[in-house]
Amino acid sequence: DLRVDGRGCEDYRCAEVETDVVSNTSGSARVRLGHTDILVGVKAEMGTPKLEKPDEGYLEFYVDCSANATPEFEGRGGEELGAEIANTFYRVFSSESCVDLKSLCINPREHCWVLYVDVLLLECGGNLFDAISVAVKAALFNTRIPKVQVLVDEEGSKEIELSDDPYDCIRLNVDEVPCIVTLSKIGYRHVVDATLQEEACSLASLLISVTSKGALTSLKKVGKGSLDPESIFEMMETGKRVGKSLHVALQKVLDEEESLGTSRQKVGFLG
Amino acid sequence: VAGAVERVNKLVCVKALKTRYNGEVGDIVVGRITEVQQKRWKVETNSRLDSVLLLSSMNLPGGELRRRSAEDELAMRDYLQEGDLISAEVQSVFSDGALSLHTRSLKYGKLGQGVLVRVSPSLVKRQKTHFHDLPCGASVILGNNGFIWIYPTPEQKDEEAGGFTPNLEPVPLSDREVISRLRNCIVALVTQKLMLFDTSILYCYEASLPHQIKDILKPEVMEAIVLETRQRLLDLEG
Repeated sequence: DLRVDGRGCEDYRCAEVETDVVSNTSGSARVRLGHTDILVGVKAEMGTPKLEKPDEGYLEFYVDCSANATPEFEGRGGEELGAEIANTFYRVFSSESCVDLKSLCINPREHCWVLYVDVLLLECGGNLFDAISVAVKAALFNTRIPKVQVLVDEEGSKEIELSDDPYDCIRLNVDEVPCIVTLSKIGYRHVVDATLQEEACSLASLLISVTSKGALTSLKKVGKGSLDPESIFEMMETGKRVGKSLHVALQKVLDEEESLGTSRQKVGFLG
Repeated sequence: VAGAVERVNKLVCVKALKTRYNGEVGDIVVGRITEVQQKRWKVETNSRLDSVLLLSSMNLPGGELRRRSAEDELAMRDYLQEGDLISAEVQSVFSDGALSLHTRSLKYGKLGQGVLVRVSPSLVKRQKTHFHDLPCGASVILGNNGFIWIYPTPEQKDEEAGGFTPNLEPVPLSDREVISRLRNCIVALVTQKLMLFDTSILYCYEASLPHQIKDILKPEVMEAIVLETRQRLLDLEG
């Protein structure tokens, strides 16, 4: 139970989470997990609800693999990975209870809030999915959607008025937002938070998205190796355990940051 | 190019901090085989060009001295494959800057089980010997090209093999803990830009003993350990 850098099989690397780093977004977060650096920005825009869900808003994910991350992302190299990550997140958030989409609705069938979640990979140091999911949760926690009022004119046409006060906003409830835990199989054991070298040694990995209460929202197997069904059960149990403690730690950090309020010193990108 | 400046009359030399390895004759390097070609292997050593290890510069198993024949050429892949790690010495430098390596001694050859740490070549101090057996229980090879190899000290010196048969027995947990701790110490020294040589690594190891292995990589703990190491090194000099 000892990895190359002294961690146990279920230990994460030293992580830094900072929210509200980008000023022109509704919410943003930056996560540094070892050598992996992720920046997530959430923009809330007005849009029309989807036809099959007329009284709900929705989330749109876009992942941009910056060419600075690794040399493989030069030009269009990172598009495949970006599309894969975005699709994974659509699956993870496909569960109804993750985000309260009904609160994003303004006028059924006409107006709703669409949250565009943009993920930027600044540096690739292993374990991308976990870091991105932590950053997405932190950014959603930090998102401030302005309050709108619907005014009905004399002719019956609806007008949307944004409240003037910039601090008058609604916050999202991120208690049910899941976090992804990646378990990589190396030899006969599985490890959490693999570095680049460990990922090169592992033949197969299991991506589990766990909510803070321990419920699984999605499961995905990546890699060209095969996984024994019994080991999948073991990995799921480990993932649930690790996921719950990850949520607790993340919530603590976010609450601490929140309590500091405006007096918090922002480190940003120059620290 | 950023680094330390040395001036000799009107000549200004800058020793860069972060650079590719520029080989000198007689340096020890640790490299990874990238290609197996006709009569040679191409070795990646963190330099501008891949280094070359000629078949004639390689020891035959058993220590024979004979001209390399066609069968030896065909059996090259049995000795070293792509992805293997070797330790070698620089024999000469080609005109384009590529290094020619040789493993003409029994202490060089294929490396078995251990941990590789990649650092900047400018942080490895030039010493008389780069093969160190640390008293804490592990051995370390400080390659001049910035590749540092940490491995468990072999109990008996198997001279006949000449480094061809890798020892694949499981390494005991105590040895693995020592190696992990050394690896984290080296990473800590590198982040704080301290020169790497056997004494600095040993002092850092001793300073890190009160902490858990995985805590060494935390920024506060790293700074404390390296500060103590720096202090002891200054005391040693002064």
